[in-house]
Amino acid sequence: MDAILFFVFAAIAVACAINLVLQSHPISSALSLIGVMGALGVLYLLLGGEFIAMAQLIVYAGAIMVLFIFVIMLLNAGAEPPGPKAKYLKFLGAPLLIVLLGLVGYFVQDQLGATELVKFGSKSDFGSPASVGMALFTTYLLPFEVTSVLILIAILGAIVLARKEVD
Amino acid sequence: MDFLILSLIKLAVVMFVFMTTLAYLQWIERKVIAHIQLRVGPNRVGPHGLLQPLADVIKLITKEGLVPSHVNLVFYCLAPVIAVFFALIAISVIPFGGEFTVPFTNIHTSMQLTDLNIGLLLILGLSGMGVYGVALAGWASNNKYSLIGGLRSSAQMISYELPLALSLAAPLLLVNTLSLREIVNLQDGFYFGILPKWSIFALPFPQILSFILFMIAAFAETNRVPFDLPEAENELVAGFHTEYSSMQFASFFMAEYANMVTVCSVATLLFLGGWHPIIPDMLGGNYIASLLFIASGAMMIFHGLQPARKWDKFTFPVFGVVFILVGLVFLIPIVQTLLMPVFWFCAKVLFLLFIFIWIRGTLPRFRYDQLMRFAWLFMFPVALANLLVTAFLVALF
Repeated sequence: MDAILFFVFAAIAVACAINLVLQSHPISSALSLIGVMGALGVLYLLLGGEFIAMAQLIVYAGAIMVLFIFVIMLLNAGAEPPGPKAKYLKFLGAPLLIVLLGLVGYFVQDQLGATELVKFGSKSDFGSPASVGMALFTTYLLPFEVTSVLILIAILGAIVLARKEVD
Repeated sequence: MDFLILSLIKLAVVMFVFMTTLAYLQWIERKVIAHIQLRVGPNRVGPHGLLQPLADVIKLITKEGLVPSHVNLVFYCLAPVIAVFFALIAISVIPFGGEFTVPFTNIHTSMQLTDLNIGLLLILGLSGMGVYGVALAGWASNNKYSLIGGLRSSAQMISYELPLALSLAAPLLLVNTLSLREIVNLQDGFYFGILPKWSIFALPFPQILSFILFMIAAFAETNRVPFDLPEAENELVAGFHTEYSSMQFASFFMAEYANMVTVCSVATLLFLGGWHPIIPDMLGGNYIASLLFIASGAMMIFHGLQPARKWDKFTFPVFGVVFILVGLVFLIPIVQTLLMPVFWFCAKVLFLLFIFIWIRGTLPRFRYDQLMRFAWLFMFPVALANLLVTAFLVALF
């Protein structure tokens, strides 16, 4: 059952990701990205990381993508016209992509070798809100706090850049 | 196999009750608003307009679904589906009552479709996803009023989601769990035998402020008056659903009411002790339902004896007898233990829904800049300070 669900949602994630690149309209692309986020959330859930799954849904699919859609709607961005060389790139891109994927697959298998099998739906409290909170506020306290400062700096930077444009 | 059949039965019951509630909520809203404004409200279809929801549903189903020629067809059709899907699905994690054994069998189950240990987070996630329905509807309609409605709605929902989540976090500190069933179970009992141990009364820090903040943010999240700027009639025609008709329009309507029910249920579960009684059993809390039903039945019969209108002579006594019978059914011990928790839960949720309607009949709409200023300069800092004080007090005691 877990394996079937995994393949269904993995397929959805990949299909949405491909659609994200293929669509010419920004809103379609943004919606595909939401599909990817939702499918990833389900995959986290299958691995037993229920808190991460819900955080994925609330933060990425819920909050961040709403902002994306909001900005696209506000600018009323239309469909992107295809570039001048789009025709060849389409024919050249597909084989190159397959070669790249093949190389990456080969190197990953070659370098990492045999690893432990993935276990679906672990019943331990590995992904519970309590254990995630425990890890964040004890073992990984410093990286966690430093990241928050990093995000604050990014927000300030965004405000400074946006201000300049207005003046 | 038992699990599957049981789940299907529960699903059917919950779906039927939920859908009927949604339909009749609209009747209640129209009646309450009418009485606030000294009108009669719907009273032509059926006795006291009780068949009005049915008539509305038939009308909306048989109406022609008009699709304007200038819309983005895929997203135009997708938007109402998204809105109604994410609004209806949230009911699946809400517990209505305690655990019980099905009579005449030994199947033990709980009055809830599924108990997740991240139930509350799921509801938050789903409410966040619901924004897409409104935003897409506004954008895909290709109409400036719709677009402004959609933009306002997404900006408003993003802004009010912060105080909403922060005001939910404070009572969670008191109970230390995210499972809705656990949250309610931890609010069981009474202080001094009389004051219920609900989160809004709980020591060390009563969460009354969180409750008020949550309700204000909930009004904004569900786009209700005084925060109904996405569909402000006198500025935007009907806002994001201007271009929608028939069942697609009904989907948005249903989503709004479903969101109201969800939000009121969450407030009940987190702050008002879910299905736990207001009055302890020792002081006769178990007989409140019978008392209420029999008293309202008696009042209806009394009004039926002095009819103000012609049909009251017949309808009021019939409803009165039905209410008294329901009140008598609540006196049977086995029914009492089974249904009293559900009664308390429904009573609290309906009370909160009544407040929603009451405020719609009372307050005017905000201006848009007032709405945003209120969210960021008042709600957000107050919710943050409230969370901080709660956290300190919980850590100290």
